[in-house]
Amino acid sequence: MKHTLRQVFHSSKFVTGFVIFSFILLLIIIYPLIVPGDPLEMIGLGTFFKPGIYVSVYDGLNSELHTLKLSDAAQKRIENVLSAEDRASMLDWLKAVGIPVEDIDIKDTEKLLTVWWENYDPSIRPEGITKAMRNYYERINKRLESIKKAEDIIIADVNSETGELVEKTVITGTDYINVGDVANVRILPLGTDNFGRDVLKELVSAAKTSIFIGLIAGCIATFIGLTLGLLAGFVGGIVDDIIMFFTNTFTSIPSFVILILISYSIGQDQRGATTVAIVIGCTAWVWTCRSVRSQVMSLRNRDHVNLSRLSGHSLIRIILTDILPYIASYVVMALILQISSAILAEAQLSLLGLGPKTTEVPTLGLMMNWAMLYSAHIKGSWWAYFPVIFMIALISFSLNLMNTGLDQVFNPTLRD
Amino acid sequence: MKGYRKYFGKKIIWFFVTFVAAVILNFILPRLMPNDPVAAITARQAEGLSEVSSVKKIYDTYAEQFGTNKPLHIQFWMFIKNAAKGDFGLSFSQYPRPVLDIINSSIWWTICLQFPAIIVGWILGNLLGALAAYIRKGFDKVVMPACLLASSTPAFGMAVILLVIFAIELKIFPTAGGYAHNMIPNASWEFFASVIRHYQLPFWSIVIIAIGGQAIGMRSMSIYELNADYVKYSRFLGIKDRKIVRYVFRNAMLPQITGLALSLGTMVGGALVAEIIFSYPGLGTSILQAVTMADYPLLSATTLIITLMVLTATFIIDIVYGFIDPRVKAAQYDI
Repeated sequence: MKHTLRQVFHSSKFVTGFVIFSFILLLIIIYPLIVPGDPLEMIGLGTFFKPGIYVSVYDGLNSELHTLKLSDAAQKRIENVLSAEDRASMLDWLKAVGIPVEDIDIKDTEKLLTVWWENYDPSIRPEGITKAMRNYYERINKRLESIKKAEDIIIADVNSETGELVEKTVITGTDYINVGDVANVRILPLGTDNFGRDVLKELVSAAKTSIFIGLIAGCIATFIGLTLGLLAGFVGGIVDDIIMFFTNTFTSIPSFVILILISYSIGQDQRGATTVAIVIGCTAWVWTCRSVRSQVMSLRNRDHVNLSRLSGHSLIRIILTDILPYIASYVVMALILQISSAILAEAQLSLLGLGPKTTEVPTLGLMMNWAMLYSAHIKGSWWAYFPVIFMIALISFSLNLMNTGLDQVFNPTLRD
Repeated sequence: MKGYRKYFGKKIIWFFVTFVAAVILNFILPRLMPNDPVAAITARQAEGLSEVSSVKKIYDTYAEQFGTNKPLHIQFWMFIKNAAKGDFGLSFSQYPRPVLDIINSSIWWTICLQFPAIIVGWILGNLLGALAAYIRKGFDKVVMPACLLASSTPAFGMAVILLVIFAIELKIFPTAGGYAHNMIPNASWEFFASVIRHYQLPFWSIVIIAIGGQAIGMRSMSIYELNADYVKYSRFLGIKDRKIVRYVFRNAMLPQITGLALSLGTMVGGALVAEIIFSYPGLGTSILQAVTMADYPLLSATTLIITLMVLTATFIIDIVYGFIDPRVKAAQYDI
């Protein structure tokens, strides 16, 4: 046993897969300790907030102001405000008044602005630019100028007696606050989803549920497959015929179809994560059963098994001591594959709207389903779906890698 | 020929047995569901009606029409009789459109998308796997993890990634549908060109995943064969490497063909979900529609058709395999 384990941990593929999988497990355990709270809590009012650090404006205004003289502040402000469309329109205007295109670079804000301020004149009426467009350019120009001058912003209170606005603070272009002073800062490393939930927190919780579903389904499938495979392979005869009849039937009928039919029949209300896991497990045993059976059949007439049989050992004892140890490595590999395919099956079911009930726990499939229903991919909100795909791929990649590694250890012909 | 007859006879019997089992499962499972679809359709029709007796009347009319008020075994015979005629009843969600009509309009999209994609993926994957096993060294070190990663990615994930890169960011291909939405299916060149453009992304997303899985299988099969005694012996005899490689890959191909037959169901399942991402007008989208609208005649018929498709494809692969592998014929004589 010890020797086998050492051998397994010498396989670089297995170790890589194991490290990735352990990392995911650690993340699942540790992250909720660092950032506690309900993963399904809807914190954002609105859909798909970008990833980033959210600072409370209210608390910010009440924090102590510091003055910093930074020379490039105005420049940065303008850069942030000018959208790609604005830049393109500015280019159009400059072209219309006859500036050579080579002199204009809409990517370089500083250059663009120099050219713009040198040439822009609201009184000029270039050909091909309508009145509405001229007004639009005036608006851009005004905005740029106000930012350039850094006009002060006045914060006012409403006087409760007279209803007049009373000046409270004046914020100038050189005022800064220390983020550390602000009481409420929320980091959303992966933004929020369509319901305004913290995606990272949800993702960690979803990965936990999905791995749980994978484990339950994988164990059930392996248990059923192993039991039936052992019976069919070792007992043979009519038992074998009956088991093989079901196995053959269920190999040809795509398990995905049966999964759809059963999940649909159970109905939305009864489908918890555990139920879905059990259903997946009950449809996925066929593979394990087939291969366990063929392995057992090759073992059945080995000398040590015959000796055991002659000694009058019971069926269970023969299976446990003479058969199981020989196929143990195979069963472990089958279990790993079952786990990874069960996680995938849950995701696919959820995308069809047949996943676990949506109000209790997030799963990777449900997150994907929500992102697709609210067309995150069309809105460019990559953080709502890409981490989910990445997580599914990473989990199943690490499991497959571990499986390949084990395969190479136990099948010496496959070794490099 | 006698050996073949026995092999094919066995395969044909299995084909029918599994088919009957599939039909029974298809009938039973959706009908076990707790919420009553006829009640749902009645609720939609009877919106605004407060009188209980008229709602009841509408309910009874629909129950009669769909046959849901009869005992299960009579419903079953009705289902079989009608299914044999290709009559799957009327759809609940697109009432009164016949289910057969919905399936007729979607099945060809699925067949024309999935089977070429799976076959192309299978061929490319086998080539890649064989090359990786033969060349080894750096090529294998790069190809192997890449294939493992591709096969670990779910089909819908690959679909979304391709969709975002090529349709939304680069705008090379359209984002959704089987043809441009302002067109009516006809036999013109423009329509055909539009279909081809819409075909690319779903096709390649299925192909890439199939390549990954097949390449891994073929690689380990080839390594296994390359280490076999007959290869060492042939080398010892001085047979040219090129000739040996041909034997090796022919032997390694055989399990890959059975592997294709066995994994077809899984691949089709994944591809059906990928169809949904692209709103491709195939059976995957029909299933989604049936699920969201609680339309069990449609769901039952779609799943039955998919099972039939997979069963037929598996059957064809088995037959082809029988001709390719001489051991099949030999084995039938032994018994």
